[in-house]
Amino acid sequence: MIIEINGEKKEWEKTRSLAEMIHDLGYEGARIAVARNDEFVPRSDYATVQIRDGDRLEIVSPMQGG
Amino acid sequence: MTDPTLPMWPIGGRQLRSRLLLGTARYPSLAVLQQAIAASGAEVVTVSLRRESATERAGTHFWSAIKEMGVQVLPNTAGCKTVKEAVTTAEMGREIFETPWLKLEVIGDDYTLQPHPFLLVEAAEELCRRGFQVFPYTTEDMVVAERLVQAGCSILMPWGAPIGSGQGLNNPYALRTLRARYPDVSLIVDAGIGKPSHAIAAMEMGYDGVLVNTAVARAADPVRMARAFGLAVESGRLAYLAGAMPVQEMAEPSTPVTGTPFWHQS
Repeated sequence: MIIEINGEKKEWEKTRSLAEMIHDLGYEGARIAVARNDEFVPRSDYATVQIRDGDRLEIVSPMQGG
Repeated sequence: MTDPTLPMWPIGGRQLRSRLLLGTARYPSLAVLQQAIAASGAEVVTVSLRRESATERAGTHFWSAIKEMGVQVLPNTAGCKTVKEAVTTAEMGREIFETPWLKLEVIGDDYTLQPHPFLLVEAAEELCRRGFQVFPYTTEDMVVAERLVQAGCSILMPWGAPIGSGQGLNNPYALRTLRARYPDVSLIVDAGIGKPSHAIAAMEMGYDGVLVNTAVARAADPVRMARAFGLAVESGRLAYLAGAMPVQEMAEPSTPVTGTPFWHQS
């Protein structure tokens, strides 16, 4: 399946939970928040949310701002 | 630095000493940013969200630097152009920064970065319903202000001038009118401040606070300028509380005239 992470398309072998995906992408321990298809996903839902073909993920973290 | 006679500032459910809010963007380095925050005396800093790379983790480093300062953060929705983007960004910010405080920005024009009045009101309604403490970045427009207050905002942040322009208070009449019309709403001038004198002018009008970023970050010496703004905001607040003298059309001698040497009846 193909998913889009922060605007870049990536090929993934199988459907998996958001928690597994965050781990595999190397975000473990980073201070992040996630939106899936423009909807906020609370941290408590990472384990239960299943990623599907065509999903768009935004993975963000703190940044300087005015 | 803070004058002991100045009462605490109740804002968004907190009690603060400094009425200066400082942006964290565009500094030469994280170290300079930290020194500028300390020098300014600001207890609130604005922060944002950006896409994070798993390898670089720039955001995680930035967050550590801010946490070291022990300041309250005010997450923004910079760059959002729709209600949906603003609401999703706000929710992500609330989780990451662990605060219901939110500087709501919904931009309606790319050239002036003017807030979009209709979408701003719509987003504010939704975010107030969701329990956010909304600090809406708005224009000086009175009717938009009224709609934001109706939406549940107890704080308004009218612009002084376009973001990053340093022009100061472009419409002092409208800002004064807003102050007079909403004596119980916390009013903070956000955007366009270029010099400490602009911040003093806003505070002398009775504004509750001033939010500054570029004027400090892009000064030749940001740390010294941060201190200048901290003093300016405090000075302006003291002046407002003290009450300025009325302006006179003609001169009035300040030195008492009685007993002036060489005086003759003419």
